[in-house]
Amino acid sequence: MNNVIEIKGLTKIYNSSEIKVKAVDGIDINFKEGEFTAVVGPSGSGKTTFLNMLGGLDRPTEGEVIIGGVDVWKLSSRKLIDFRMNNIGFVFQSYNLIPVLTAGENVEFIMQLQGRPKKEREVRTKELLEAVGIGDRIKSRPSKLSGGQQQRVAVARALASKPEFILADEPTANLDSAATVGLLELMSQMNKKFNTTFIFATHDQRVMDKARRIVTIEDGKILKDEYFERE
Amino acid sequence: MLLSISWRNIWRNKVRSLVIIFSVALGIFAGVLAGAFFKGLANQRIQKVINTELSFMQIHNPGFEQSSDFANFIGNAQNIEDSLLKIPNITGVTRRMIVQGMAASAETAAGVLISGVFPKDEKTVTTISKKIIDGEYFDGIKRNPVVIGKKLAEKLNVKVRSKIVITIQDIENNITSGAFRVAGIFSTDNNMFDESNIYVRFNDIQKLTNFPVNATHEIAININDDENLSGILASVKELTGNKLDVKTWKELSPEMSYLTESMDMFMYIFIIIILLALLFGIINTMLMVVMERTKEIGMLMAIGMNKLRVFSMIVLESVLLSLTGGVVGIIIGAISSKIGETHPIDLSMWAQGYQQLGYDAFVYTQLDPSMLIKITILVIITGVIAAIYPAYKALKNDPADALRIE
Ligand SMILES: Nc1ncnc2c1ncn2[C@@H]1O[C@H](COP(=O)(O)OP(=O)(O)O)[C@@H](O)[C@H]1O
Ligand SMILES: [Mg+2]
Repeated sequence: MNNVIEIKGLTKIYNSSEIKVKAVDGIDINFKEGEFTAVVGPSGSGKTTFLNMLGGLDRPTEGEVIIGGVDVWKLSSRKLIDFRMNNIGFVFQSYNLIPVLTAGENVEFIMQLQGRPKKEREVRTKELLEAVGIGDRIKSRPSKLSGGQQQRVAVARALASKPEFILADEPTANLDSAATVGLLELMSQMNKKFNTTFIFATHDQRVMDKARRIVTIEDGKILKDEYFERE
Repeated sequence: MLLSISWRNIWRNKVRSLVIIFSVALGIFAGVLAGAFFKGLANQRIQKVINTELSFMQIHNPGFEQSSDFANFIGNAQNIEDSLLKIPNITGVTRRMIVQGMAASAETAAGVLISGVFPKDEKTVTTISKKIIDGEYFDGIKRNPVVIGKKLAEKLNVKVRSKIVITIQDIENNITSGAFRVAGIFSTDNNMFDESNIYVRFNDIQKLTNFPVNATHEIAININDDENLSGILASVKELTGNKLDVKTWKELSPEMSYLTESMDMFMYIFIIIILLALLFGIINTMLMVVMERTKEIGMLMAIGMNKLRVFSMIVLESVLLSLTGGVVGIIIGAISSKIGETHPIDLSMWAQGYQQLGYDAFVYTQLDPSMLIKITILVIITGVIAAIYPAYKALKNDPADALRIE
């Protein structure tokens, strides 16, 4: 199967204040289409930094991120924004949704940024919100939704742009255990249904248990890279 | 959707936004009302000067205006008058003999400008006949009636029916004088005018000076609407050719036409000062907005909103905020100004010194719709300017930093 993402010698050194922090230290790794990967490791091990470089949000000190054949960090900052919009779906820990837009509008918004026609946007918004199980809340503002429902909208939004893969940095950190299990179930379903590649960072055991590949990071280096068969 | 995001964002902090909207509304309301007030004031003054002193158009022999030479008259005045009356939109024509002289009562004397008029025609051009406060406009006195201003009457200490001796130079430069009796006393709001202008019948002064019967120094024209001024001017000039000097009120009294312009200018300076003061309030609000939404803006940039769109979103929010206040202010200001067009503002408390200058004690506001459009544009510009620095700050957000949870 094709590599969606190829990463070579990825390194990030933070030069803040006096001390240099090597947050990510020469990572080489590839991700294939349809993979469902958890990036795990203790707090401060470099998961967020790694995901941010992978997602075109944080410029690496060294190394390459090649997504669908494009060397992401060689793009101009203007092109990079469009590249992110069209190729990467994001689910963050919080501040995911635009508070003044309804669930439906949040999902539709990214497709509008992409310049998709209205009809397609409306159909797809409905479809996705139904797929994530909150089709009946299409007109609700985020503040009227529970944390778990908000993250479901975020997943729908991430899927809406038809990205190459979805990055999720601790998407369940603010959720209770029922919602956590529910969201993971949903992501896994979406992964199977649309064959969308998911990469998520977590230090939650329940989340790890759902992953079919677990990459363990410590001190910015890959410690283990294991595959699991799951039902 | 950017527009609706920006609009809804305004209402996230209702109190803060309402404070800004209210201040903008108040400022613009004051600006609109002041603008309408000063425009009304200026136009009222101009209207009055046209009606009592200038008339819309005047015709003289070339050179008369500068020297007031008694012998420099228009010969075939009656023919010209008849032809002028045939021009559409001209509502009145009158001719006058103008001569400087001395008016003396039993007690004292004063230099005056004497107009020899045809009272019937004069009524179709100027409104002096309606400004009579005592006596009548040429009626009531059979021989040599004179109509004088209130100020002059006070100065000469004369009343209606009092005798005045008018001394002038005749056509051969001989000094000649005649006895006149006061028929009426007028009062315009311009004391200077009332003190120096007197009216007698053309025929009476003509006999006194041997002025040619069919001649005139001045032909004054009244028209139906200032809008038609330039069109009528062209027709009149066509009629008179190059031989005569035709001038509109704007040329006869340039300071009157500057009055409107300077009132406009004054109003815009006033509004710009108001907007400048409001600008800082809006900048402050927008900076708070950008700071509060650092993470949200970071998220928007992460998922694919480019800098131009982020910039537009902030600018739109600022413009909508200012414009909402602006529109409220304009509506209230326009309504108040409309009311003021029929219900004048009473300045009589302060009007005494003011009346010396020829202004009214009651001011009817005058709303200029084009002013409202210009103010709207100024408000939009203010909104844009206010957003530039905050939007620039928003663009400096690094999505990776903004989204990092500490
Ligand atoms: N902006 C930054 N400036 C300096 N150091 C940073 C910055 N971001 C992260 N770090 C450091 O990099 C290391 C990795 O952090 P992070 O990627 O957030 O780890 P994780 O997500 O696994 O908790 C930590 O030691 C953290 O203190
Ligand atoms: Mg992290």
